[in-house]
Amino acid sequence: MNPNLVAFRALVYRDVATFLRDRRALAVSLLTPIAIAAFFGFVFGGSGDRDTGIAKMPVGIVDLDRSAMSAALVADLAKDAALEVEVVTEPVARDKVKAGKLRAALVLPAGFGAGASRALFGVTDKPDLQLLYDPSQSLVKPVLEGLVTQHVMQNVTRDLFSAGGSTAVTDDMLARLRTADGIAPDTRSDLISLLQSARRVQSRPPPPGGAQGTGGLTVPFTLKSESVTSGPHYNAYAHSFAGMSVQFILFMGIDAGVGLLLMRELGVWRRLRAAPVSRAVLLGSRIVGTATIAMLILAFVYLVAMTVFSVRISGSVAGFAAVAVAFALLAATTGLMIAALGRSVPATRGLSVLVVLMLVMLGGAWVPTFVFPEWLQHVSAFAPTRWAVDGLDAMTWRGLPASAAVKPVALLLLWSAGFLAIALWRFDWDSD
Amino acid sequence: MELVAEHLGKRFGTVEALADVSFGAAAGEVLGLLGPNGAGKSTAVGIIAGLVRPDRGSVRIGGDAIGTDAAPAKRRIGLVPQEIALFDELPARMNLRFFGALYGLSGRVLAARVAEALDLVQLSERAGDLPREFSGGMRRRLNIAAALLHQPRLLLLDEPTVGVDPQSRNAIFGTIQALADAGRTVLYTTHYMEEVERLCRRVVVIDHGRVLADDTLEGLMARAPTASRLILSLDASPGPAALAELAALPGVTGTEAVGGELVVLAGDLGAATPRVLECLAARGIRCQALHSRRPNLEDAFLALTGRTLRDA
Ligand SMILES: Nc1ncnc2c1ncn2[C@@H]1O[C@H](COP(=O)(O)OP(=O)(O)OP(=O)(O)O)[C@@H](O)[C@H]1O
Ligand SMILES: [Mg+2]
Repeated sequence: MNPNLVAFRALVYRDVATFLRDRRALAVSLLTPIAIAAFFGFVFGGSGDRDTGIAKMPVGIVDLDRSAMSAALVADLAKDAALEVEVVTEPVARDKVKAGKLRAALVLPAGFGAGASRALFGVTDKPDLQLLYDPSQSLVKPVLEGLVTQHVMQNVTRDLFSAGGSTAVTDDMLARLRTADGIAPDTRSDLISLLQSARRVQSRPPPPGGAQGTGGLTVPFTLKSESVTSGPHYNAYAHSFAGMSVQFILFMGIDAGVGLLLMRELGVWRRLRAAPVSRAVLLGSRIVGTATIAMLILAFVYLVAMTVFSVRISGSVAGFAAVAVAFALLAATTGLMIAALGRSVPATRGLSVLVVLMLVMLGGAWVPTFVFPEWLQHVSAFAPTRWAVDGLDAMTWRGLPASAAVKPVALLLLWSAGFLAIALWRFDWDSD
Repeated sequence: MELVAEHLGKRFGTVEALADVSFGAAAGEVLGLLGPNGAGKSTAVGIIAGLVRPDRGSVRIGGDAIGTDAAPAKRRIGLVPQEIALFDELPARMNLRFFGALYGLSGRVLAARVAEALDLVQLSERAGDLPREFSGGMRRRLNIAAALLHQPRLLLLDEPTVGVDPQSRNAIFGTIQALADAGRTVLYTTHYMEEVERLCRRVVVIDHGRVLADDTLEGLMARAPTASRLILSLDASPGPAALAELAALPGVTGTEAVGGELVVLAGDLGAATPRVLECLAARGIRCQALHSRRPNLEDAFLALTGRTLRDA
């Protein structure tokens, strides 16, 4: 066999064997990502097998109106699947929102029910409905606004269009309509006849059993929502496992780089250079060795993710493999760059861990990038970690075809090439 | 000449590690490279092994120049570095397999060479253990074995016995002797005189990056003051007057008071000793013990460098 190949194989084998024999490295690289990914995955909604996947939003309601209509509104909101309603006083509501125990609180002012009914046709001033919300939960505002609009409209109109409804508000509105300014005469007479028709419905006796005829105006459709991934289920574990393997494989890459510095310190590097192996073999074997370890870690972590946490490669398996290889090369070249730039072992290790942690957070390994503010999402596009996580996400729970892996793979390879170039440029061949 | 180093010069910043060093070693020879700490021994070895790029000079091994990359001449060299360059996480046998493979060995040949090397350094029984569980001497022996697998024609040993127990040291000497007998050329770097006296016929003495002597042991001794030494333990230290009187005795070439001992240098001890004892007795100083020795390499080194190796 070609002696260069024999040497290359021996160097790679030594890297991998050393890693596999080091219990501490194994535990850190294999078990820690699994433990942390399991935790994050659980917190962010588990494997999506259960429909309780999305937690109900805790919301407070302060009812200062205490009318029949406000009571009906509170009851409706409480029935809503997305909400967990707690009726509280206003000071309590403020405290709980501030403490993060409630995402938001709705304050129904006194006279809200009657005021809202009268304001239906825009003739009188609209009552104020106050929404107190937690600014860190920016999604809660539009959600609650939508829900409240739906339920208020339904309750206001229910009274108006049901037999046995209270005619007091209708009479009041009729009186105001007749005297209100700024309404065209045609419109005025049409609205008056509309209200008079409604009043006739109201003055009929209610149907037996107290059931109200119509339910008032309802949203004229039911929204059947389906989480759209091509995969069978969104699985929060799929994302957390992607993130944590990326993080810990990069840590392993750092260790590989620092390991080379350590070899220099111990004089082992000098001994390797005394052998008839070219620089290409020395560095190339290092890249292949580290990349092999990276892929072993990824394979093991995903094996556990698939068997225990129902993570599936719903997209292209070839795409997944391509992302894995590209990312493994990134980890390896990161290590080599660290070895080329680093000087003392402890300082290099500390600084690299810090940088990798930042890259990993920026890349969305901890929290998905789509929850980032927009500017940060743009910034994160410059983090190679972002493309590793995106690529793994795309091939797992998003279930995208291999074509979706092309961009992440290309960017990862580009970054790897950049890191390799820096490593080759700065590598010190002359000292031990 | 198997090894020829010519006019090697190397500077590290402001330190001139090697100023001008030339020497050669014939095939099958054990050449001693002797010098105090910082003399430039490891730098010279590094240049020969292709690890350090010299500022000046050249090295030829078996007639071929050595470069710093994957030069084929590297296959002819076995380097035993001053630091123990082993992988502590891998068992002894795996370490040796690794180093053998670096030189292109594989399969049965590799297995046979590993077994042979383990046998030679007497570590066959510990082949499955990790080097970090070894004693200092065993680690040194494994460090040497790692350089032997590809059967190099030239062996560079950089202080291979540092921190080694006498038993391991004897084993190492046996190994080196056996290799030399088998026709290998050995460059043996050390600052222990006894080792050179025991192993080498020829010695190159360097200090401050320069060759002070390049000679056979006998030739080197001949350069040293040929005086033998008479060493006396006295019950009282002789004053300056007594020392001067002793030094003036016929046949005595020098005196020295070292600690509680008096050292007298003389060409012919048989003639000088009675005179010395008489002179001391006349001054009322009694001799409690005395011994003598012939000049050794240590004395030669002292004569050449003006300092002893131990405290250099
Ligand atoms: N890589 C280096 N960088 C800077 N200075 C160096 C380097 N290598 C050697 N030196 C300096 O060159 C001089 C010779 O060092 P060298 O290691 O060759 O000595 P040595 O004879 O092997 O000493 P020792 O017996 O302590 O091993 C010393 O002053 C040393 O400090
Ligand atoms: Mg040295």
